[in-house]
Amino acid sequence: MGQLRLIARLDIKGPNLIKAIQLEGVRKLGDPQEFARRYYKNGIDEILYMDAVASLYGRGMLTQIVARTAEEVFVPITVGGGIRSVDDVRDMLRAGADKVAVNSAATHRPEIITEIAETFGSQCMVLSIDAKRNGKDQWEAYRDGGREHTDLDVVEWAKRGQALGAGEILLTSVDKEGTRKGFDLDLVRSVSDAVTIPVIASGGMGRLDDLTNVVKDGHADAVAMAHVLHFDTIPLPDIREHAISDQLPVRTL
Amino acid sequence: MTTVGIVDYGTSNLLSVTRAFEHVGATVEPVSNAEQATKADRLVLPGVGAFGNCQSGLKGRDLWDSVDEFMRSGKPFLGICVGMQMMLDGSEEFGHYDGFGLIPGRVGAIPLSGTDGRPHKIPHIGWNRLSSPESGDNWKGTILDGVEPGASVYFVHSFTAQPQDDGHRLANTDYDGCRISAAIRRDNAYGCQFHCEKSGPVGLKIIENFLKL
Repeated sequence: MGQLRLIARLDIKGPNLIKAIQLEGVRKLGDPQEFARRYYKNGIDEILYMDAVASLYGRGMLTQIVARTAEEVFVPITVGGGIRSVDDVRDMLRAGADKVAVNSAATHRPEIITEIAETFGSQCMVLSIDAKRNGKDQWEAYRDGGREHTDLDVVEWAKRGQALGAGEILLTSVDKEGTRKGFDLDLVRSVSDAVTIPVIASGGMGRLDDLTNVVKDGHADAVAMAHVLHFDTIPLPDIREHAISDQLPVRTL
Repeated sequence: MTTVGIVDYGTSNLLSVTRAFEHVGATVEPVSNAEQATKADRLVLPGVGAFGNCQSGLKGRDLWDSVDEFMRSGKPFLGICVGMQMMLDGSEEFGHYDGFGLIPGRVGAIPLSGTDGRPHKIPHIGWNRLSSPESGDNWKGTILDGVEPGASVYFVHSFTAQPQDDGHRLANTDYDGCRISAAIRRDNAYGCQFHCEKSGPVGLKIIENFLKL
């Protein structure tokens, strides 16, 4: 495998960085750009902005956040939430994003994956899948922030997404998101082994060993982290150091 | 203050490249016609997506000949990602396309498996280490001046430049045993496969070096 990427996931609502905490609801954490800047200084490999409500409302605020971030953060920036058309992608790229993550729109109209890939290249087109377990080793894809069924089997959907031109898969476990109890390893492994494009595991990072497990056992190519970074329960340099001591192929700074 | 022309032919990452150059103090002038290309002191050719699209993007804007001329002029030139790949003779990505042919060699697909025979993920996405193809330091005075061998930069690509002459290789990277050409050079014309504009402080250092050539 190539080098493991450590990604900071910042969920945005309006002007704020938010974090959903299980049994507690959503907490506002502050200016997302401040967080992104700190992560960049501390050596994050990529930034992932996800607009929590963009499927429901407008997106103007997110564009501004991305534009300001891209002026001082020189690592790849992925933006997701409410991307519905090639024009939406162009707007995000113009604001300074390098890739877009598409979920709902692709489940409604899978051809959008091909349209984006053909216009901007596959490297731009991240298929975002919110996966919820509905049986042993079976998961269903959800849309609109994990609220709505799609009846799509996650592994089959990931394979189809690859065939349509997706360059990466962002795989979020709805069950594990916000729990800090570890990744859904079976889910990550099932998808990662079924496709030849990189898979970003998201949802569940709480301890350093979770990272090791999702790479060694889950075969993740990249790991998205939110809570541990936003609340600074595990500082980023410690995560990288731990990865190196566990012989995970992260970059050395 | 150093001025740099960045070729604007419809690629999606123009803004990222522009911001990175501005961040290290350059004045950026977008280059969208032959006259502007010829006038520039330094020229950067970004490129993302498919080789054929980039080629037709340049030709459709009547920029091909002026960019071709520029990279042979001795003035500092930098091709990034597909912009680097176009410096070779041609590519097999989705058909057969001719490149500028400044550096002999072709652009081919990254092998689908590592040298251990195990399949690996394509595209090659992520941070990977730069190594010098020769023993000793051949980076002095180049865009990699002061960059530590082993420093990581950000790659995202499925195709890779294969220069015929190892003398044109400035830096390589290793993807599961596959030798990937990371940076190439012929005289003052440079190419980097990685995205220097997205490679953190190391990438910014490389951009600064380019501005000092």
